[in-house]
Amino acid sequence: MSTVVTSEKIPNNVDLSSDKKLQRALEAWQPKFVDWWKQMGPEGFQEDDVYLRTAVSVDSDGWAHYDYVKMPDYRWGIFLADPIPDRKIGFGDFMGQDAWQSVPGEFRNILRRLVVTQGDTEPASVEQQRLLGAICPSLYDLRNLYQVNVEEGRHLWAMVYLLQSHFGRDGREEAEALLERRSGNPDKPRILGAFNEPCKHWLSFFSFTYFTDRDGKYQLLALAESGFDPLARTTRFMLTEEAHHMFVGETGIQRIVERTVELMKKNKNEDARAEGGIDLPTIQRFINFWYSVSLDLFGGEISSNAANYFASSLKGRAKEEKYEDHVALTQVMNIDVPIVEAGAFKGMKSEEVPLRNAMNEVLREEYVADSQRGLDKWNRVIEKAGFSFRFKLPHKRFHRASGIYAGLTFDPEGRPISREEWEAKKDEWVPSPADDAYVLSLMQKPIYDPNQMANWIAAPPRGIKGQPVNYAYVRHEA
Amino acid sequence: MADNAHGSQPVVRFETHPSRYQHLKLSFDGAIARLSLDVVEDKPLRPGYILKQNSYDLGVDIELADAIERLRFEHPEVRAVVVSSNQPKIFCAGANIYMLGSSTHAFKVNFCKFTNETRLSLEEACAESGQHYIAALNGVAAGGGYELALACEHIVLCDDGSSAVSFPETPLLAVLPGTGGLTRLVDKRKVRRDLADVFSTLAEGVRGKRAKEWRLVDEVAPKSKFDETVLARAQAFVSSTPERKGPGVTLPALEARRWEQDGRCGADYRYVAVSVDAEQRLAQVTALGPEGAPPKTAEELRRLGADAWHLRFARELDDVLVDLRFNQPEVGLVVLKTAGDGAAVRAWDEALLTLAKDDWFAKEIVLKLKRTLKRLDLMAKSLFSFAEPGSCFAGTLLELALASDRTYAKSGETQAFIALSSMSFGPLPMPNGLTRLETRFLGEPGKAEALREERDFIDAETALEKGLVTFAPDDIDWDDEVRIAIEERASLSPDALTGMEANLRFAGPETMESKIFARLSAWQNWIFQRPNAVGERGALTMYGRPERPEFDWRRT
Repeated sequence: MSTVVTSEKIPNNVDLSSDKKLQRALEAWQPKFVDWWKQMGPEGFQEDDVYLRTAVSVDSDGWAHYDYVKMPDYRWGIFLADPIPDRKIGFGDFMGQDAWQSVPGEFRNILRRLVVTQGDTEPASVEQQRLLGAICPSLYDLRNLYQVNVEEGRHLWAMVYLLQSHFGRDGREEAEALLERRSGNPDKPRILGAFNEPCKHWLSFFSFTYFTDRDGKYQLLALAESGFDPLARTTRFMLTEEAHHMFVGETGIQRIVERTVELMKKNKNEDARAEGGIDLPTIQRFINFWYSVSLDLFGGEISSNAANYFASSLKGRAKEEKYEDHVALTQVMNIDVPIVEAGAFKGMKSEEVPLRNAMNEVLREEYVADSQRGLDKWNRVIEKAGFSFRFKLPHKRFHRASGIYAGLTFDPEGRPISREEWEAKKDEWVPSPADDAYVLSLMQKPIYDPNQMANWIAAPPRGIKGQPVNYAYVRHEA
Repeated sequence: MADNAHGSQPVVRFETHPSRYQHLKLSFDGAIARLSLDVVEDKPLRPGYILKQNSYDLGVDIELADAIERLRFEHPEVRAVVVSSNQPKIFCAGANIYMLGSSTHAFKVNFCKFTNETRLSLEEACAESGQHYIAALNGVAAGGGYELALACEHIVLCDDGSSAVSFPETPLLAVLPGTGGLTRLVDKRKVRRDLADVFSTLAEGVRGKRAKEWRLVDEVAPKSKFDETVLARAQAFVSSTPERKGPGVTLPALEARRWEQDGRCGADYRYVAVSVDAEQRLAQVTALGPEGAPPKTAEELRRLGADAWHLRFARELDDVLVDLRFNQPEVGLVVLKTAGDGAAVRAWDEALLTLAKDDWFAKEIVLKLKRTLKRLDLMAKSLFSFAEPGSCFAGTLLELALASDRTYAKSGETQAFIALSSMSFGPLPMPNGLTRLETRFLGEPGKAEALREERDFIDAETALEKGLVTFAPDDIDWDDEVRIAIEERASLSPDALTGMEANLRFAGPETMESKIFARLSAWQNWIFQRPNAVGERGALTMYGRPERPEFDWRRT
């Protein structure tokens, strides 16, 4: 069982008090973090009491401690999952050796890059979502948003802890840079594309937490296998929190769908928009968009970096133990590669790629299967209501901005189409400015009354931690 | 020249034109030109690799070399050249690794040499032609991409959190930057050696302010101010550089007539002819002197344009030299001959140098001659000059003999004559910064200068006496001496000869340029064929493959 020093400024289970140097570094970073939070965190609700879960230790009681707290006072702590005694590296060229407790010099730079890239996504999403409070559908949802936000903040802390404790001066500078980049700012953009996409309204927020945070889940699962034990332990604990974020996304979209079919039944033309709801094709377009930009986050289909990470035992596959061959040197994966001649698409050919070079694709495939599960649930809601519409994940090739399909145009079924056809049809497939404007128009009046729910979304079946749905999850003076 | 008999590599042609560029976009806005890299992935010079991320191969560099040359001759109005990328997030990823991995050793060496010469011509354009190159790094500049930037006079890096400069060669590929990058870091940009050490082992490179602090770049600018900053810098160069009076001089295609006959092949240009005897591994290059009176005024010279003898000769010789390097790898000895009127060569030399004092075009021609003769100095082939009766090793053409490893001048009843001109005393220095005469007579200080008094034609015997030629066989010996010289040379190890010649040719001081080529030959070439790079488990071999490289840890 871990001992947590909650009396200190930084709750932790990493025995921070015995490492004065690290403690000082983190205490110096903390005010900068709080400044960032006040400047770039949730707009307008910083002084409100929010009913939040705070991690105070890593055991099952400790990480689910609920109480009212003002967000800037939230105790962002550092928690690593308990160590596995005598843990051995489970994959790659160093398989079977003792897991590394400190960074191997040979891999310092690429490991730092991995940590920075993961760390950069955490504050980015907080920035993307900072204005959503002003258009919230209920206090229940508002609280969920802030729960997600403070936990993304804590995930940033987790990565910063690794940078400060294991990567010296470079690590400290990278930790500062994590607070300097800004989502969507052309001068200081966040590192990955999807984290610079604006999250303008709640349909995007739920889509983001369902699809983009799910990329996070798979990245964390892969890093949880790392031969670098502090990274593995940190990410294992982060996964427990990430699950809630995806829950928010999945149930959020589900509740929209529930409300939409209700409104469709009410309307003689089955027109949800006429009743002030979000119609199913619009939801499908947001699924198409956020799913495809999240697919990009997995990296190139054929990647020497991915091979290098795996070979170096730094980043494995999700749940490595379920595979038989952990060295993956002899296997191949067949990947459909576009044939492009003189800039023109000429068809696809199946290419045998050494498995290590295809590790991004391995992870992406798992993500694809996992993403389908939510759609099945949402489709059951529609089916039960007696409508024939069904959500569908677009093809992996659809609307990609990185990897081998980038720059080419495919329809949602993955069929190659001309650029003209794409231009003509894209508004049917991905949200247009008009879609955004419509969805936003529904959210103009925020709901701060605990007894109310916005018209475009159904109430959740139950509240949080045994509290009723109409509990004042956020004490906000409207 | 026709295809080389042994070629696994396809024949490479070096002449191109902006209308045929595949990878570069050249555009103009008054005195500012833009050279944008937009490398087409599926248009490599030979099949087998994809030019991802604006990486380059020889095909791309041929276009770059052509663009730099044409800017100098065809666009005198240009005073600033902005080099940037048309691809998002990447300026240039450097030489294509898969191309290098699948190339012969000889090709790699010649590729690096050619790219170095291109970078040097760019630097010369900045220093001598009033065309100032600005590297606008709007993305990652890695390896050869950063080396291209290093050749520019001013480097602006976009400070967007992801644009970086880097030398990943050592940490990722176990080789060295091959285009003078390491030398330029410490010699040209005067980056501190310890910081250069850190930089050169950091695969991901250095970004933003630190890149400026370490002197790796001159200026950083946020993305929203980037274009503005680059433009302001270009305008500053324009306003501080004197205008050159146009119009430019068009460089037409050389239209060599290539032939193949009885196991030999060759090409006839107007003032240069080359023939290759594959069996003897011998190439003979013959240069023809000018005809008629030289131009007296800048206007007359301009009317001749690209047909002016010096320019035409230099362009043709240049084309022959790169052709021999890439397409005739087995040719080990190049025999240089001349034919024509030596007095005419001298007259043209003096006329050109007089005009070059005030006329940009005349000056450009002299610079072109200088570059071409340096290309000759750097041939990894033995160079023998044979001066026979009727030859014209005078002035500009005497430099061919002075660049040679040996010169044979025929004495006896029908003699060869040689002659100096003003070209011999400064306008055409070697990579070491000295004239060929100064380098030749390092052991006799003042001798090169004293030769200014030699205004007459010098017969073979006297030339031998004065140390201007190596041997002067007479009528009875000539044929045999020449034959034996060729046969003997052909029997020696090509590797040992290349190393020996490179050592002997460049006596005297070092310049950045001479260091670059010396280190390219010594270190880069060596590392490039060591098992740690190209062995079965070497880093270059393993790059992009699923396994990690393995090294032999013994230091030499």
